[in-house]
Amino acid sequence: MPAQPQTGPIAGRLPADVLARNFSDLHPPLSAHEARVAADRCYFCHDAPCVTACPTEIDIPLFIREIQAGRPETAAREIFEANILGGMCARVCPTEVLCEGACVREAAEGKPVQIGLLQRHATDSLMARQGHPFTRAPRTGKRIAVVGAGPAGLACAHRLARHGHDVVIFEGAPKPGGLNEYGIAAYKTVDDFAAREAAWIMGIGGIELRHGQWLGRDVTLDALREEYDAVFLGIGLSDVNALGLEGPPLEGTHDAVTFISALRQAEDLSTLPIGRDVVVIGGGMTAIDCAVQAKGLGAETVTLVYRRARERMGASLYEQELAARRGVRLIFEAAPVAVEGEGRLSAVVFERMAEGPDGLASTGERFSLPADQLFRAVGQRLGDANGLEIVHGKVVTQGRGRTGMDKVWAGGDCAGGGDDLTVTAVAQGRDAAEDIHGSLME
Amino acid sequence: MADLTTRFLGIESPNPFWLASAPPTDKEYNVRRAFEAGWGGVVWKTLGAEGPPVVNVNGPRYGAIYGADRRLLGLNNIELITDRDLETNLEEMARVKADYPDRALIASIMVPCEEAAWKAILPRVEETNADGIELNFGCPHGMSERGMGSAVGQVPEYIEMVTRWCKQYYDRPVIVKLTPNITDVRKPAEAAKRGGADAVSLINTINSITSVDLDLMAPQPTIDGKGSHGGYCGPAVKPIALSMVSEIARHEATRGLPISGIGGVTTWRDAAEFMVLGAGTVQVCTAVMTYGFRIVEEMCAGLSDWMDEKGYRSTSDFVGQAVPNVTDWKNLNLNYVTKARIDQDLCIKCGRCYAACEDTSHQAIAMTPDRVFEVIDAECVACNLCVDVCPVENCIDMVRMAPGSVDPRTGQVVSDDHADWTTHPNNPMAQAAE
Repeated sequence: MPAQPQTGPIAGRLPADVLARNFSDLHPPLSAHEARVAADRCYFCHDAPCVTACPTEIDIPLFIREIQAGRPETAAREIFEANILGGMCARVCPTEVLCEGACVREAAEGKPVQIGLLQRHATDSLMARQGHPFTRAPRTGKRIAVVGAGPAGLACAHRLARHGHDVVIFEGAPKPGGLNEYGIAAYKTVDDFAAREAAWIMGIGGIELRHGQWLGRDVTLDALREEYDAVFLGIGLSDVNALGLEGPPLEGTHDAVTFISALRQAEDLSTLPIGRDVVVIGGGMTAIDCAVQAKGLGAETVTLVYRRARERMGASLYEQELAARRGVRLIFEAAPVAVEGEGRLSAVVFERMAEGPDGLASTGERFSLPADQLFRAVGQRLGDANGLEIVHGKVVTQGRGRTGMDKVWAGGDCAGGGDDLTVTAVAQGRDAAEDIHGSLME
Repeated sequence: MADLTTRFLGIESPNPFWLASAPPTDKEYNVRRAFEAGWGGVVWKTLGAEGPPVVNVNGPRYGAIYGADRRLLGLNNIELITDRDLETNLEEMARVKADYPDRALIASIMVPCEEAAWKAILPRVEETNADGIELNFGCPHGMSERGMGSAVGQVPEYIEMVTRWCKQYYDRPVIVKLTPNITDVRKPAEAAKRGGADAVSLINTINSITSVDLDLMAPQPTIDGKGSHGGYCGPAVKPIALSMVSEIARHEATRGLPISGIGGVTTWRDAAEFMVLGAGTVQVCTAVMTYGFRIVEEMCAGLSDWMDEKGYRSTSDFVGQAVPNVTDWKNLNLNYVTKARIDQDLCIKCGRCYAACEDTSHQAIAMTPDRVFEVIDAECVACNLCVDVCPVENCIDMVRMAPGSVDPRTGQVVSDDHADWTTHPNNPMAQAAE
């Protein structure tokens, strides 16, 4: 009879082979044969709905036709032309609500063309077999500061460098990639892909990456505006929302983003402590990524609790089902009110919620979940506003990323207008670069 | 379950599905397995004259083209006639026929255009008790360079001459297999009939290069850097074959001449289409080379069910039924006005109909911002392209306008009367209206 799992958090709950399986590629790449079969299903729609659904408007039917015609690298060039992070987007995009959700074969048969995997097939082919596919235009002599090396910053920097501008990226973290490197489940981007992709993007040339440069701490917006011809802010959301629960501060409560970041940077997953009974609070992708990975590390029970109904959940149905399949229990319409324990967390107390005419309200009914680890994934928010106009917690922009401040553009999660998706950040970074280029070259 | 028993030239077979003279029928082992699988008849791989047999290349002999999901649509081959000894083939044929007396067994023959050559081989074939012979005047590769195969089939006089020899030296039915590599298939068919042929079979394969190796700069299949045209067959050639069969079936000089239909027959429906255009039996090759002998089960079951559904009790009930409806273009009713109709419930909004019509046809489909596609009757000429490119079967239909209604494209009242080009005022050759 196996021993009862110990309460934790403790490290090394699972043997190495099980850990490796739990964190292996969620959607393994298509073989060349699989790619040809999958590509043959594309109808080459007119004004295709998948393209409309893609924030970066990749010409999906065209790139799939290029795969059909035996040119995956030509297809990749088509993808990268629109989205230089097409490799990462192929892995992390919630395609079920974007391109694949719009695919006419979803309407016809409930089985969309595997656009995400085909995009990965194409981009992997090019990235594996060729160097950087683009060359820079002649140098313009203009210098642009990009703050943040996440998806928005990288996309912006690449497009600016392509136009011949010199770009300096200011990044606080030790590695580029932003959430791709630090904030997304490991099984979505295996084999250090985020770092490899960032290095590959820099292959265009003309981009200098400076680490350890946090805006407000190591460099100021005013100084950047002074020194550079333009500034692009792709600073993401640096602060984490709090829960405000009753009860004493207890060991065992964490921010989900910190947990995911530590997991992504861990050399050895068996060194990561995880609880026996894990509770995750939240309803977005981060909550799912956190819960599934907690289960993957060996937690006996993982319960994801979301205060609203399932339909309101930010995470897609696919993500919800993934969590359920991996053994995560999902509880809807319950909000945490208190933590219990003596020095260490032992339980989380919830109240049942109901959507009423005045919005979400407690029904008064309470229940408690045993927990030795609690993760908060209830959203992130902008840190210092740096003097910019903020509405609904986001930097206000107009047109293609223009802020109200002269010479300053913004995009990605820090700016309004997106869905906090990698692909939206890429689109905004790219478009801001075009706007910057246009205004500098007037 | 309808009775599929077919009598063709007096030869009875349990169904109209024969295997064509080709690689699948090259030897006893294959033919026995084909008969066990249920094939109604076999045309044995073409026999050559006595003596050292022909040799085949030792590199690849087939090439293919594909549709979606690598579905084989066309096959090209450069294989010659049997490369096995004549005696061996004859012995095997005799054994197989003895063991399968209820199946049709036809000997395909190709020997030089000399009377002596035919006179020599025919009695040997007769001894096998084969039900008949098929004269291979069709193979377009290799043997044609030696004055046989399609080299004969392209000269009606030779067809007539050789057919006559065969009728003279052989007592059982003679089928002449025609090449499609000619301009008018009726001429060789007429020649066969004049020579006394009991039937024609068609089509043999079409001259083809299926693909080119862009690294080697050579046709495929490539033999040591070179390629030669082959004979093309498979589903892709079916439309060509159907047309040629229908031409012979409706041509005054050849009408009534029995036909064995060949060319891309893959399912029961293909077979039925050949048969209603006048073929008494069909011959199959590429489909079994792609999927194996078992497909005959689908063909028998499908044809039988269709016959039950339509009330046909014998294959002879429907052979040739569509021939009267094959006509010349000039006889088509110009007062038959149809318009495309899109079933919005079936539409998956791919927009292919729109792209096709807008870019290459008559700009007769409108698209709304939310991707609803509607036909503009005032522009629709009923070309059918939208139907053809729509990925969903029956989503777009061509619906006839009721007589008396006004065609918004022409502003004319749709007439119930037949009117065709022969009487059209724009036709300088039109017969004067009475």
